[in-house]
Amino acid sequence: MEYVKAFLVGGAICAVVQVVMDNTKLMPGRIMVLLVVIGSILGALGIYQPFSDWAGAGATVPLLGFGNSLWKGVLKSMGEDGFLGVFKGGFTASAVGISGALIFGYLGSIIFKPKMKS
Amino acid sequence: MQVGKASIKFEEPPVIESMASIVGKKEGEGPLGKLFDVVEQDDMFGADTWEKAESALQKQTADLAIEKGDVRKKDIRYLFAGDLLGQLIATSFGTVDLEIPLFGLFGACSTMGEALNLGSMTVAAGYADKVMAMASSHFATAEKQFRFPLGYGNQRPFSSSWTVTGCGAVILTKHRKEGIAAITGITTGRMVDMGIKDSMNMGAAMAPAAFHTIQQNFDDFNIDENYYDKIITGDLGRVGRTILLDFMRNKGHDLENIHTDCGIEIFDPDSQDTHSGGSGCGCAASTLCSYILPKIKDGTWKRVLFVPTGALLSTVSFNEGETIPSIAHGVMIEHIEN
Repeated sequence: MEYVKAFLVGGAICAVVQVVMDNTKLMPGRIMVLLVVIGSILGALGIYQPFSDWAGAGATVPLLGFGNSLWKGVLKSMGEDGFLGVFKGGFTASAVGISGALIFGYLGSIIFKPKMKS
Repeated sequence: MQVGKASIKFEEPPVIESMASIVGKKEGEGPLGKLFDVVEQDDMFGADTWEKAESALQKQTADLAIEKGDVRKKDIRYLFAGDLLGQLIATSFGTVDLEIPLFGLFGACSTMGEALNLGSMTVAAGYADKVMAMASSHFATAEKQFRFPLGYGNQRPFSSSWTVTGCGAVILTKHRKEGIAAITGITTGRMVDMGIKDSMNMGAAMAPAAFHTIQQNFDDFNIDENYYDKIITGDLGRVGRTILLDFMRNKGHDLENIHTDCGIEIFDPDSQDTHSGGSGCGCAASTLCSYILPKIKDGTWKRVLFVPTGALLSTVSFNEGETIPSIAHGVMIEHIEN
């Protein structure tokens, strides 16, 4: 049931973004930044965390969840380090995700070669 | 002879004596598939990077044009060639072994028109007995240069065109009574910028340039659409064609039945998912050398105005929010009566 829920919620978020991609002139990079920022804002408003607790990976895997993690990291770090935490917390909280993307991306590039689209 | 503002009429028209076209797998599956000289099934053309693949494509096409025309390489005095990549690396790496004096050209997708303009001028003026004009593009190198590398796997919007993997080369020779076709005149395009900023919709950016060049050609030679059997633009695609026809209609010219576009001819949008059509230097060049020239040679079309269109943006100008200035070069190609 947990998996089904994560799949449906994550899929719904992707579907909404696909509609945005198809119907606006926003380039992919901007859409990604937009998602992260919205995630942070929803996190700051206290909306995203309860949603994330309920939906699990369906909410944490999409970029909205990354925005929320950034916000959580900043908040936690501000509690420990004060103002400096604003600069530190986001990186600490997202380090695993970013390093993971880099390392797995690199490993993927060793094994696979991009092919022509058809 | 200089004609009007931007045209030349050749009193002794240079003749196209040989042509060659090589394309990739997808182009080979398109409506023109059977007409190309070679359809290469390996999109890497035996190389290990996409850029080397495009260079190999140019080399093979040039060699084929030389072979088909039974011409000696050393008799070709100049090569006018170009591609879409930064600093023209496909051309500069691809033509090293040819050992022919080179003018490297960047006219984006209009490069074949620019090469034919300059090549025919050079021959007609007597500065060369034979020259080669060539242009290439490769889907994978162009995506990397202008959009996203293929490894990124982004989605493509519906108005965007599909860069043709292909190359076309012709050998021009001084006036004589036999050959594939004659270049009787040229109209050189100027920059046209209507303020379009959407790089995924190049047809709309280039249509005004095509309109300007066609209108200039009519004015300079004091002719109209009835002079031609076909007016063939480079890679406006469906979106751009509609805009061009509207512009021409406003000036009292109906091109509905005589206009076509290489980008529209080369792919089947329903079965090939190519959205607005084909684009790239190789689109106009390979279509010219496979579909257009044979039809002129056999007399199906007696007079054709070939107008490759180019969007002269760079990734820098695009990222700085600039518009897409465009250009189109007209080449009047006519049937040779035997």
